[in-house]
Amino acid sequence: MSRHTLSVLVENTPGILARASALFSRRGFNIDSLSVSTTEYPGLSRMTIVVNCDLHPLEQVTKQLNKLVNVVKIVEMDTPASVQRELLLVKVRADANSRTHVLQTAELFRASVVDVSPDIVVIEATGDPGKLDALVKNLEPFGIRELVKSGVVAMGRGPRSITDRSLRAVDRSA
Amino acid sequence: MTEQMTGAQSLIRSLEHVGVDTVFGIPGGAILPAYDPLYDSAKVRHILMRHEQGAGHAAEGYAYATGRPGVCMATSGPGATNLVTPLADAHMDSVPMVAITGQVASPMIGTDAFQEADICGITMPITKHNFLVRDAREIPKTIAEAFHIASTGRPGPVLVDISKDALQSMADFRWPERIDLPGYRPVTKPHGKQVREAARMIAEAKRPVFYVGGGVLRAGASAELRVLAELTGVPVVTTLMARGVFPDGHPLFVGMPGMHGDVSAVGALQKADLIVALGARFDDRVTGRLDSFAPDAKIVHADIDPAEISKNRHADVPIVGDCREVLADLVVAVRADQEKGREGDYGAWWKQLNRLRTTYPKGFDEPDDGHLSPQGVIQRLGRIAGPEATYVAGVGQHQMWAAQFIDYERPGAFVNSGGLGTMGFSVPAALGAKVGDPDRVVWSIDGDGCFQMTNQELATCAVEGIPIKVAVVNNGNLGMVRQWQTLYYDRRYSNTDLQTAPKDEKVRVPDFVRLAEAYGCVGLRCERPEDIDATIEKAMAINDVPVVVDFSVSHDAMVWPMVGPGISNDNIQYARDMAPDWEHED
Repeated sequence: MSRHTLSVLVENTPGILARASALFSRRGFNIDSLSVSTTEYPGLSRMTIVVNCDLHPLEQVTKQLNKLVNVVKIVEMDTPASVQRELLLVKVRADANSRTHVLQTAELFRASVVDVSPDIVVIEATGDPGKLDALVKNLEPFGIRELVKSGVVAMGRGPRSITDRSLRAVDRSA
Repeated sequence: MTEQMTGAQSLIRSLEHVGVDTVFGIPGGAILPAYDPLYDSAKVRHILMRHEQGAGHAAEGYAYATGRPGVCMATSGPGATNLVTPLADAHMDSVPMVAITGQVASPMIGTDAFQEADICGITMPITKHNFLVRDAREIPKTIAEAFHIASTGRPGPVLVDISKDALQSMADFRWPERIDLPGYRPVTKPHGKQVREAARMIAEAKRPVFYVGGGVLRAGASAELRVLAELTGVPVVTTLMARGVFPDGHPLFVGMPGMHGDVSAVGALQKADLIVALGARFDDRVTGRLDSFAPDAKIVHADIDPAEISKNRHADVPIVGDCREVLADLVVAVRADQEKGREGDYGAWWKQLNRLRTTYPKGFDEPDDGHLSPQGVIQRLGRIAGPEATYVAGVGQHQMWAAQFIDYERPGAFVNSGGLGTMGFSVPAALGAKVGDPDRVVWSIDGDGCFQMTNQELATCAVEGIPIKVAVVNNGNLGMVRQWQTLYYDRRYSNTDLQTAPKDEKVRVPDFVRLAEAYGCVGLRCERPEDIDATIEKAMAINDVPVVVDFSVSHDAMVWPMVGPGISNDNIQYARDMAPDWEHED
């Protein structure tokens, strides 16, 4: 089993999220994270899917994804050649005794406090999944009340764009 | 060209535009607006079915007979859900088909309205694609795209769900100038380098075999296949889905592979050093236990669907492309090799295969219980109706015997439900095949179990003047299930006796002859071997109404050869407890 990040360009049509995710669930794959957003093209959305699975079944599910009529392009983002980021919001207990330590920990990870109550702070952090895991691990002793992550978004390094090729047709329809 | 009309009118106009001449369907609330302009259409004939499942299978049969997408229509909710089985069937067997369903009015969608079902959600995994249309202006474009998707690339079923308000509202009719689907670009032209590599491997192989699947039928590539086979002298096996794509009578034909395949064909794959798979998908019913399938073979795999390649068995040479183009290019590449003196020598291989062919021919024993042998009935039917007839099987023992004991000499001569194994396929699919190709004799070969699932479509046949012929191979049982109970469940016949054949003085329930007559068909019965030919000839002579022949066959007959479930093809049994001798030296 290994971790894979897929960037999937899709036409922005109803049901595409269900179509894509069904291909994973049908085969018993657990999606680690999935995020969807708009792109620089009005008619296109971009899904970033992180899965933990073996290579052969991943190849099969990628081929099946490619068969979906509304899927325009799929690129696997390997870690060294791409930037991968995630946004974290975490609600941590921070009373008079622990507050300084909590704030110091946040600072070490270049995270920021976005909300404060008498015994609680909400911390926001962005980074690759490894950094966020480390932050959470360090905040755990203080008491985590709530945690949410955006799911990974990824972009290839270098001058080339995922939409460079094969998108003239989309341009027309968008 | 723009013209104001209702969505319903633009739907019918769109169907006319893509050349639809027949729609199989049943009206109902949500689709009702479409049936009004359909009533006026001079180009589109609507055939009123008795069940939506029948409409779907009829569309499949029509697609087999014509090569064009079959069209079925149903209302929302239960009408649409009754199409689920034929859609799944068409998806598994890559049958081009467009299903049009009515949907509740768009403000009602998602409210559990009367006869509402999320048919797009339900059919997502069993259609090639589906559309929900809520705007009358979208109808022409969607219909154009649906037919394009259904009939190109790897064909398959497409469902178009149209809300009632979209059918009722007014819009300009605007036919799209071109299809614009940026995410849908099937590759048809194979890669030249891969094709040359395949040709080289064919020349170097000692024991090659062409493993031909339904993709060759869909690609209309029979002629190209024959040229390549004759050019190379490579033996050919045709799967259940490809029967007739290569003529059974051809000297290079070595049979059908699979669970109930010929020993020669199973042996050809198992002992091969090169398998050239053409539009085939290494289905479990062909490979048997996958890890012991064709252990010495290198694989060339040509398919229009890249997801099939290396799905079950790793392909050494993958070729993505339309089988017709692949075969045509292979012919060119092989010829070029042969001109340079590179040519295979398969003499020893043919000697081995010919021994298997002569030692283990197709055969069956006559039963001693006073009933007909089902194999004999089907064999005589094939001989008398001949190679120009179309044979449409249901699913089970009779299907396997129909695949084994009829000689298919032309593509499309055999129609059946392979991937999904849908009991009840035969009668409505035969109906559709007869509508698509009315000049051919169409025989439905059905079992008594299958027949009872969809025989109400005999009413459609009688009323609409569609004179199919039905041979009910009646053993009074769910025969294939009973065979497995005999072999694997210690002869404990749990829930397989249907009582359609007389036993212990009980009456037949139902009596198929009287049932046929009640449906306005001619009903015949055959119980003695000496009457088989005369009964078939009598059925052949009746061409104005549908005919049903009830053949009383032995319930102990079994399908052989057989590769048992989950075991290796090496352990095929030619007959019960009788394994072939692979290594015999002459």
